[in-house]
Amino acid sequence: MQRPSSPGSHVGSLVLIAAVVAGGAAAFAYTGGFLIPGRLTPAKLVDALAPPTGPVLGHRRNHAKGICFLGSFTATGAGSALSRAQVLAKGTYPVIGRFNLGTPDPGTPDGDVRVRGLSLDIEPADGQPWRTAMIDVPFFPVSTPQAFYDLLVASGRKDDPDAMKVFAAAHPEIGAFGAWARSAPFTASYAEERYNSLNSFVFTDAAGADHVVRWSFLPAAQPEALSADALKARGPDYLEGEIAKRVAAGPQSWLLAITVAEPGDPTADPSKAWPEGRRTVEAGTLTVDRIVAEADGPCRDINYDPTVLPGGMRTSDDPFPAARSAAYAVSYNRRTAEAGDYPRDAVPGAKP
Amino acid sequence: MTAAHRFTPLQRVLHWSMALAIVAMLFIGVGMVSTIRPDYLTLVSIHKPLGLAILVLALVRLAVRLRVGTPGLPRDLPRPMKLAAQLSHYALYAAMIAMPLIGWGMVSAAAYPVQVLGVTLPAILPQNDGLHTLLWNAHRAIAFLFFALILVHIAAGLFHALVRRDGVFEAMSPVPTGGGVAEPAE
Ligand code: HEM
Ligand code: HEM
Ligand code: HEM
Repeated sequence: MQRPSSPGSHVGSLVLIAAVVAGGAAAFAYTGGFLIPGRLTPAKLVDALAPPTGPVLGHRRNHAKGICFLGSFTATGAGSALSRAQVLAKGTYPVIGRFNLGTPDPGTPDGDVRVRGLSLDIEPADGQPWRTAMIDVPFFPVSTPQAFYDLLVASGRKDDPDAMKVFAAAHPEIGAFGAWARSAPFTASYAEERYNSLNSFVFTDAAGADHVVRWSFLPAAQPEALSADALKARGPDYLEGEIAKRVAAGPQSWLLAITVAEPGDPTADPSKAWPEGRRTVEAGTLTVDRIVAEADGPCRDINYDPTVLPGGMRTSDDPFPAARSAAYAVSYNRRTAEAGDYPRDAVPGAKP
Repeated sequence: MTAAHRFTPLQRVLHWSMALAIVAMLFIGVGMVSTIRPDYLTLVSIHKPLGLAILVLALVRLAVRLRVGTPGLPRDLPRPMKLAAQLSHYALYAAMIAMPLIGWGMVSAAAYPVQVLGVTLPAILPQNDGLHTLLWNAHRAIAFLFFALILVHIAAGLFHALVRRDGVFEAMSPVPTGGGVAEPAE
């Protein structure tokens, strides 16, 4: 066996070994973004959602105010023309859902929140759930996740009155949202809202053909238009009490309408509605049977990650679902780690 | 059993294919949690099946090792070094088996469906905030320790190959190398 003669002859080898180790560590740090402060990480995006007073521990980092429900989804089978997913095959499947308001603070009065949401976790027997989190706005305020981050940063700049102007100049698509927010009336109930996926997805049918789609849940209830002031006059937590009473009196339902894109439609940009007249498939009915307070409710510990999709559905060229999935995971990781700050049974007697 | 000077070809194939897969997993892991781009979903969809493949391979590798053993370290290797080598190899095995199980458990405890390559695997734990947080912290902490240990392991492997030239590297090298000649194992 060859024994090396002098330690000096190893300097080259030792330098090489040190270089391999240092190079490996540097590559790892680079990949993890530790060396790139400019990278938009999911954590940064979630941090930007926090209200000025800081995040409300234990709660969702956005759409923090909400209430759980139980119900079912009855598919007509018409959706099978678009996707082979079991959840669209004729049948009835259990649903755990959540009505919510687009605010990072669960204490925000209802009248101060412009955006309302509906989150669904539909669980067919094959173990392939369909999760979707939708809002009542007909289009998203901005075209890209980066622009959404820039919007959060700009709207948080209370020190710089021009920040929003500069943002709007760079992202003219926000004008449509502004016009909607100023002019569209509020409604008197979660049950009176139409909820839209906004993001597009690709459905694959049994024959293997792809269809790019968006979907909406259309309310059976007749909307009662309210001004912001009229809504505020009904109290800060009016919507939760209202939906609990309404559902206790009788189940509420929505029709699932799936809209199929035509070539050239802006599938990658949720700030742009698709033109009227697109093929629409009425795929089934959502029925809400029971309202449960969130603190103890079955929706509390669900992440309504819009990329939790059954076989036969997948993401499209729309960049939002990926960004949402990454951000919702961070929000979920944080809020479940803080569960102690949001005690169960927090609302005594709220359990129906 | 005759004293072999090298790990069996099966052990070497397992070692090097798993080395590649594990290093890839660590980079995919830290890369995916640092981006909101569509790559995020692609990386997650590689991370889960590759991680579970590593679990299967690690169990096979453990069984092979319990059956055929190892060539043993050179007799003149100082005792502390020998101990460090043995303990670090146990730690590497522990990480190879624990990391995928923790990942699977973490996904289960978050009530995410465990979908890999279009197949839905059973949840191995019920949804639970405390368990999820514990496993999440463990997955992250062990991943960083695992990576550090791998760097040390690579440094040690190269030290054997380039400085000590004692046949230890040749025992695991993917192809027979002309370098050192292994001493008979103890
Ligand atoms: C990049 C853009 C977006 C970001 C960063 C973002 C961020 C978030 C976060 C962090 C949560 C809390 C998740 C949790 O803790 O479980 C959330 C919830 C929600 N978001 Fe988004 N969101 C984005 C886009 C959208 C879009 C496009 C929609 C609707 C089409 C939407 C609708 C909702 C709804 C309905 C919820 C409530 C989900 C639940 O009930 O758990 N979001 N969002
Ligand atoms: C992810 C990366 C790696 C892991 C998890 C790993 C793991 C292991 C384990 C557990 C052993 C003990 C033998 C066995 O039962 O298989 C071993 C042996 C060995 N590894 Fe690695 N290894 C990795 C990468 C490398 C690399 C890049 C090198 C190159 C320098 C290397 C060189 C060696 C050598 C020379 C041995 C033989 C040690 C002996 O004779 O006991 N390994 N490795
Ligand atoms: C050898 C096996 C594995 C290795 C080396 C590994 C490594 C990693 C690393 C380095 C991270 C990033 C941690 C961070 O920076 O926060 C990560 C995250 C993650 N891993 Fe793994 N992993 C393995 C197996 C698995 C398996 C089998 C699953 C699931 C079935 C899994 C699920 C996850 C998930 C969901 C995350 C993201 C956690 C989060 O939300 O922050 N991993 N993994």
